Amino acid sequence: MLAKRIIPCLDIKNGRVVKGTSFVSLRDAGDPLELAKLYNEQSADELVFLDIAATQENRGTTIELASRLARELFIPFTIGGGISSVEQIRALVTAGADKVSINSSAIHSPNLITEGANRFGSQCIVVAMDVKRSGSHWKVFTHGGTRETDLDAFQWALEVEKRGAGEILLTSMDADGQKTGYDLIITSQISKALNIPVIASGGGGELVHFKDALEEGAADAVLAASVFHYGKYTISEVKEYLHLHQIPVRLTR
Amino acid sequence: MNVIVDYQAGNLANLKNALDHLGLESQIATDASAVKAASHILMPGVGAFYPAMESLRQSGMMEAILEQIAAGIPFLGICVGLQLLFAEGQENGSHPGLGLIEGSVVRFKHQLKIPQMGWNQVAFCREDPLLKNIPDHSYFYFVHSYHGVPSKPEITLGTTDYGLSFTSVLQTGNIWGVQFHPEKSQTVGLELLKNFCSF
Repeated sequence: MLAKRIIPCLDIKNGRVVKGTSFVSLRDAGDPLELAKLYNEQSADELVFLDIAATQENRGTTIELASRLARELFIPFTIGGGISSVEQIRALVTAGADKVSINSSAIHSPNLITEGANRFGSQCIVVAMDVKRSGSHWKVFTHGGTRETDLDAFQWALEVEKRGAGEILLTSMDADGQKTGYDLIITSQISKALNIPVIASGGGGELVHFKDALEEGAADAVLAASVFHYGKYTISEVKEYLHLHQIPVRLTR
Repeated sequence: MNVIVDYQAGNLANLKNALDHLGLESQIATDASAVKAASHILMPGVGAFYPAMESLRQSGMMEAILEQIAAGIPFLGICVGLQLLFAEGQENGSHPGLGLIEGSVVRFKHQLKIPQMGWNQVAFCREDPLLKNIPDHSYFYFVHSYHGVPSKPEITLGTTDYGLSFTSVLQTGNIWGVQFHPEKSQTVGLELLKNFCSF
């Protein structure tokens, strides 16, 4: 049976790991490769690296990081942050990234999803969506959650799938950093309507949150950051818990 | 020399990285002469069946691969590299493959999400040197929408459940194929590659 995936997310700035709470107040949490190796030993199923600065100057640093990671990590990893062209996707994939995550640019030029999927395969293109509840709907935000768009999250998810994305990384801005659980409503709405995997993100703080996201939220994978970075739970602890609750996970010993 | 076949069907860097990490020398082949110098051939690949087959043909490497396999050189097909071994692929119409394995490559026909993306278990059907030191039911990393259905069930070396039980590892003579990505399957994947390169 296909295992549900547990994915630590590392926010990267100038080649170092940082993690903000609700996208502000950054704290330095170390060297990406060291942290990645630690998570690999804890049986992380994949890793996501988000370049939160993503300026022209540090793009080279991110490509170098991808190539360093690819030489030492033998699990899949995704790189995201500021990716706006097929050429940038190519550079990261050539450096060894298995997938790239695109966010704001997918909204401004949805053709990037189509072109990326045609060139590198759907499996390579993750579309990240930052969403926020507004009444009975969820709106999509761009630029690290600072700009509101007119897009309805559910409709945008359908469009993203149609354009050939291989996966959706769905972050609830309401839940992010709150440690009160994932947004189960929008996660399950999108995951059940789509035929591509959905990664739930934002709000993980307790073991039960992971279980809820996978069961009630119908997510295929769960992403978390600070809960792992600050050692509240190890990935193995989360997986043992899920295993105990009959959720298929990859346990390694 | 371990030779990785580069026929413009996806990124080969990660397979090379895995071999480097194991201390195994390898060379990326883009033409027939490099394939002819191989002691072991590894053929990865992602993407669609027909374009992959076309580029293999146009590069002139197809014939070299067939010759090498006929001469007994160990061959490992990975993902689309496994699928191309079959007589027929049904991705975007029916297309002929290398024809080394009787049977077809078909799309998953169930209601589960496609592609299958993530870690799934492989149940071993019999012993084989490729699986040496790898525990039965180990998890490997899969990304695919199609899977091969061999006409001869005895060539199946391992099966995986995803809506149905399908052939995820096969072996016939000096040909091995895996539907998952050993280069992305951590310890067990590296072990499998090590086993293959020691044949």
